[in-house]
Amino acid sequence: MAEIGHDAVSYAPPAEVGEMELVHPKTFIGKYIWSQDAKVIAIQYGITATAIGLVALALSLVMRLQLGFPNTFSLIDPSSYLQAVTMHGMIMVVYLLTALFLGGFGNYLIPLMCGARDMAFPYINMLSYWIYLFSVLLLVAGFFVPGGPSGAGWTLYPPQAISPGTPGSDGGIILMLVSLAFFIIGFTMGGLNYVVTVLQARTRGMTLMRLPLTVWGIFMATVLALLAFPALLVAALMMLCDRLLGTSFFMPDMLAAGGQAGHEGGSPLLFQHLFWFFGHPEVYIVALPAFGIVSDLLATHARRNIFGYRMMVWAIVAIGALSFVVWAHHMYVSGMNPYFGFLFATTTLIIAVPTAIKVYNWVLTLWHGNIRLTVPMHFAIAFIFTFVNGGLSGLFLGNVTVDVPLSDTYFVVGHFHMVMAVAPILVVFGAIYHWYPKITGRMLNDTLGKIHFWVTFLGTYAIYYPMHYLGFEGVPRRYFAYGETAFISDSVQTMNAGISIAAFIVGLTQLVFLFNLAWSFYRGREAGPNPWEATTLEWQTPHTPPRHGNFGDELPVVYRWAYDYSVPGAKQDFIPQNVPPEEVEMIDSPGRNARP
Amino acid sequence: MTVTLVFLALLMAFFVGWLFSQSINVKPWIAQSASAAHPRHVPEAATAPRVGLVVFLAVVTSVFALTISAYLMRMGHGADWRALPEPRLLWVNTGVLLLASVALQWAWSVAKRNDRHALKLALTVGGGCTVVFIAGQYLVWQQLNAAGYYMTANPANAFLFLLTALHAAHLLGGLVAWARTMLRLGRGAAPSKLRSSVELCALYWHFLLAIWVVLFALVLST
Repeated sequence: MAEIGHDAVSYAPPAEVGEMELVHPKTFIGKYIWSQDAKVIAIQYGITATAIGLVALALSLVMRLQLGFPNTFSLIDPSSYLQAVTMHGMIMVVYLLTALFLGGFGNYLIPLMCGARDMAFPYINMLSYWIYLFSVLLLVAGFFVPGGPSGAGWTLYPPQAISPGTPGSDGGIILMLVSLAFFIIGFTMGGLNYVVTVLQARTRGMTLMRLPLTVWGIFMATVLALLAFPALLVAALMMLCDRLLGTSFFMPDMLAAGGQAGHEGGSPLLFQHLFWFFGHPEVYIVALPAFGIVSDLLATHARRNIFGYRMMVWAIVAIGALSFVVWAHHMYVSGMNPYFGFLFATTTLIIAVPTAIKVYNWVLTLWHGNIRLTVPMHFAIAFIFTFVNGGLSGLFLGNVTVDVPLSDTYFVVGHFHMVMAVAPILVVFGAIYHWYPKITGRMLNDTLGKIHFWVTFLGTYAIYYPMHYLGFEGVPRRYFAYGETAFISDSVQTMNAGISIAAFIVGLTQLVFLFNLAWSFYRGREAGPNPWEATTLEWQTPHTPPRHGNFGDELPVVYRWAYDYSVPGAKQDFIPQNVPPEEVEMIDSPGRNARP
Repeated sequence: MTVTLVFLALLMAFFVGWLFSQSINVKPWIAQSASAAHPRHVPEAATAPRVGLVVFLAVVTSVFALTISAYLMRMGHGADWRALPEPRLLWVNTGVLLLASVALQWAWSVAKRNDRHALKLALTVGGGCTVVFIAGQYLVWQQLNAAGYYMTANPANAFLFLLTALHAAHLLGGLVAWARTMLRLGRGAAPSKLRSSVELCALYWHFLLAIWVVLFALVLST
């Protein structure tokens, strides 16, 4: 609730921070290809990530064809199945979700929400995208080299990943490792921009505690990524040395393809430690931006200030810090000392505390809210359900004794898809429906949006809920076919067929979404500058879509936090961040400068 | 992972302390009057390039902390670790890198005084010493190979090659920034205009010198 009541004598002078020299290219190529405008770079990231994400979606459907209807499609063999599993996982986690949340939403929203003209280092920001694109092309090149892409699983565990006999161990794995190295270099360039822009380029009055939670989520996720991706970089470089130069960082003495592999004494466990030291923070690199964005969607569409803003900020920070000390819960079955298992189970359960705080605060934000059931709000509420469901199954897997029998079963697949695939993707959709009007100036079609939402939401539950049951049955994951297996009941196959049908329905429904994006771009209803009546700065730009430089001649000055919705006494149910208290129109006070 | 965890704990402690100082007693829900002062929230000294460099150095520290962690873990995991003799050339190389760092510090101070001739000399010495250092590291590799300490022969050898290569790669990246500064100086830019670039180069070189000292000490002690 805002406390309004100040003696206004004079107005603040023009903004003096955040001004920067911008490159204003005149040509089409300068404006839209080699662009240094963060908004254009954001769209470039978005299109590339979506394109490669659709490849990963197609690969998941290939997997589902085989699992639902085994031995029906001759184009899928055990090798191509494993390659589909690997590329699907790697693309979705790194090249789609990380790139889309940080490179896409980060680039578009950070400067606008902070009240900056652009990112702190626009040229480096541009390079970041082109290196990302190069890394994607390298990854895709894996499909076209002899032997195809890697089939080692997205975790790329050695010795399997680079041993002869594993699909893609010739060229595919090398391309993937080099691609990851480039991705990390490109991300570091972008990440420096996101962090420095939040720290340095905020407009006057935009204190840290007035930043929208979207910015907080993306900021903290970037910090995590900058510190955690080096673990993947180091692991990738060391594995490349093992594969190309014959070192034994990870490769033990072993027989492969009928002969001595030529390595000696390497430690596969060392790779697991490095991989998961990146891998677990990666979960939060994806989740924290989603947490931030969903907070803003809920507040805006429920017309309520976010409940417990400061707690929400500290929860983001706490989750980020704790995410570095839970990595070994992915390694309970690696033969680790039981005391370590206990330690990591404890830290894993502790991280549930700040996470639960966030969930309670989202629900309390909705409580007594004036909820507008818009399409973004549908997705935001669905996120809460899905994240809670996925999080609860995480409590099972976080405990060593429960994890051991469930490890490598479909329970794990169901869990992590609910918590870090479906939940963040719901937020991605919600965010696109929310900010599309600002990006294009037009509204997305509501009916198509609701069809997209309901089929996607219910469909994903039809896909991933039954997987928990499969896991309890002991059905192992990453298997091409199960054959005659005593402990797997016949009903499993029926369930797999059902899951596959649901997956196809959900997959095809995404075409409705893509159609909506394209159709609304030309035929959508004019959005106007602030169709959701939101408070944050991106909705207060003089032009929609915002032009290069974002805010016209003068940067905005911020007087309040981002959550002044339904302020008692105020005429409108939202007060933008750049409106001073003296200019707020109050009920029963016809003029301005009224005080309650 | 102890080394990395200690680094991250220190970093997080600093971050949390800073955030605490920014958020304690702040009531974000209270709107501020237009007449109230809106002080610049960023200290003058904390320019964007400086902050950018500090963030980048944190990333580089993370890379080396993780590599050192891997080094120590691999040393403990297998019974095949055999320490290799340290070539004396490494001591000479260390001295050369120290000279490069001192020269760039000198460049920073003369850039402040707007002394064009001295700046050119200092930058040339700094860059030249760095090139000599990298060439010296390559010579070390040749010496080790000639003595039979191939990269594939033992994990201790492999890590020495990896660590020196990673360090040299970061110096090469620094040389790109150095070359850009030299180019601008050659095109007639005033030393005062180059102060920020020279300062960033100097800080980066000091940092990489410190990293090298740590890596060298690690190799010497294990």
